[in-house]
Amino acid sequence: MITFDAVTKRYADGTVAVDNLSLEAPTGEITVFVGPSGCGKTTSLRMINRMIDATEGRILLDGDPVQDIDPPKLRRGIGYVIQQAGLFPHKKIVDNVATVPLLLGWDRGKARSRAMELLERVGLDPAMGERYPFQLSGGQQQRVGVARALAADPPVLLMDEPFSAVDPIVRTSLQDELLRLQAELNKTIVFVTHDIDEAIKLGDRVAVLRVGGRLAQLADPKTLLSEPADDFVREFLGHDRGIRRLQFVGTEGLRLRTDLTVPAGFSGGSPEPWVLAVSDDGRPVGWLRGDGGGEPEPYGTFRPGRDSMRSALDAALLSPSGCAVAVGEDGKVAGVATREALDEALAEAADG
Amino acid sequence: MGEPLLSRLIADGPPSLWEWIARNWDTGRVGSIKDLLGDHLVMSLVPIVAGLVLALPLGLASARWRWLYQPTAGVFNVVYALPSLPVFMLLISVTGLSKTTVIIPLTFYAIAVLLPAVVDGLGSVPDHVRQSAVAMGFTPLRRLVQVELPIAVPVVLAGLRVVAVSSISLVSVGALIGQGGLGMLFTRAYQNPFLPPVIVGIVLIVALALVADGLLVLAQRLLTPWVRARRAS
Repeated sequence: MITFDAVTKRYADGTVAVDNLSLEAPTGEITVFVGPSGCGKTTSLRMINRMIDATEGRILLDGDPVQDIDPPKLRRGIGYVIQQAGLFPHKKIVDNVATVPLLLGWDRGKARSRAMELLERVGLDPAMGERYPFQLSGGQQQRVGVARALAADPPVLLMDEPFSAVDPIVRTSLQDELLRLQAELNKTIVFVTHDIDEAIKLGDRVAVLRVGGRLAQLADPKTLLSEPADDFVREFLGHDRGIRRLQFVGTEGLRLRTDLTVPAGFSGGSPEPWVLAVSDDGRPVGWLRGDGGGEPEPYGTFRPGRDSMRSALDAALLSPSGCAVAVGEDGKVAGVATREALDEALAEAADG
Repeated sequence: MGEPLLSRLIADGPPSLWEWIARNWDTGRVGSIKDLLGDHLVMSLVPIVAGLVLALPLGLASARWRWLYQPTAGVFNVVYALPSLPVFMLLISVTGLSKTTVIIPLTFYAIAVLLPAVVDGLGSVPDHVRQSAVAMGFTPLRRLVQVELPIAVPVVLAGLRVVAVSSISLVSVGALIGQGGLGMLFTRAYQNPFLPPVIVGIVLIVALALVADGLLVLAQRLLTPWVRARRAS
């Protein structure tokens, strides 16, 4: 656990970057610091590994004040991922990843084999180990950055806007990858971002900071969206808070109808306005009019229990029938969530 | 000296060139070609190595304390701008008509080129790379040796190539005080117009410069494979 105890950072010119910050980043969870530029989120992060020293207050790492630990020693025990990956251009990927183990005095062979193992773990081909950073794409470099931070298996990971320099598609896959890794590794992660959507997606807890380095709200993402503490937080969250909150509403209770599916060769005769054509192997083909006229129309799918209400609603809005197609992990149709079923679930979400 | 110098020089054709070389290559006396070549190597290599050895700490200090950089670079640039002859005159009173009198100014010239190269080389280390080194727990010395200096190598080596070639070429100016290495061949030819020494002098100096440059290019390839890798990508 990382504890901020009334921490203030004041620079020589009087600027206050962080103002009396007290919070806890619990062990094994992702705590996100989010806020506009100038809110002191990066400064707060860097005070944990003493790249910046606090002016007042204490930061405790599992109860021990970091101020009492020699900075290089402290830092070797804390993984750090930086925005542009910060890889050493003159070292091969494998040696980049092996950096901290080598600093800790592991022998070369052991450090390298650990590095290879980690490359695989973050979804890279170990053959890439022999390349230099310039030969990798931005997304690949960032994966190497994560592998390097994990190399010595530190219990704590600090991530400073690690995914903000890559394109949106790569960013999404890196975020998913981080969540997958975290499910396996259970590190104590402090993650800094200016992107509230990223904060809500990744954070177990989100600390919203305002300019001047003051904590505006610390809450889990669902609470943050439904009960913002003040106007600043409300504004920072953006306009579609209600829709985004559906991300945290499950679909396991959603009522599914199984009587709306027909074989692909359907030629009409259903009393329903829309029916879902399903191929012989059980996969969705498209929506057909109940009278059999016209070509199959587009459909949207969600995985009940796995995807959120937001995905289910999105799937419903993608089809002319207004119904969402539920599919299993194998891609086969499990049923259809009708407007009525979605409406019931939404009413329940609004209450809860 | 009635006939123009050049036509008299040309009058001595290639046949006597080889003959002259064979006769003068290794006479066992001071002033043989082999002897001058050795002198030339000493007077050019010592400034290159000494220049690098001195420019490194000066550059490191200038990069660490930026206010130091401009005055230090200024001093070496002024020395660089001084004409060689008065510098020699000044030094003769201290070091006499020795090789040292040639080596000292050449070392200053080397520093004048290498100091900015070291500072720029260290400046070429991207900020995020330096910060990630700090964050991973490098001590300042280890960060310098394992991260910052290796990344500075391409820029420093580029400066070193300029220094090597100019140093090898500039040694011949030392002939003014009787310490010019292969440059002595030119003054000798001027006093007693005769082509072969001039040709031998020029060819050997250019060859030395090319060999030195080639060795540095090779060193660059061996020391910085990551720069080639970057170009290939």
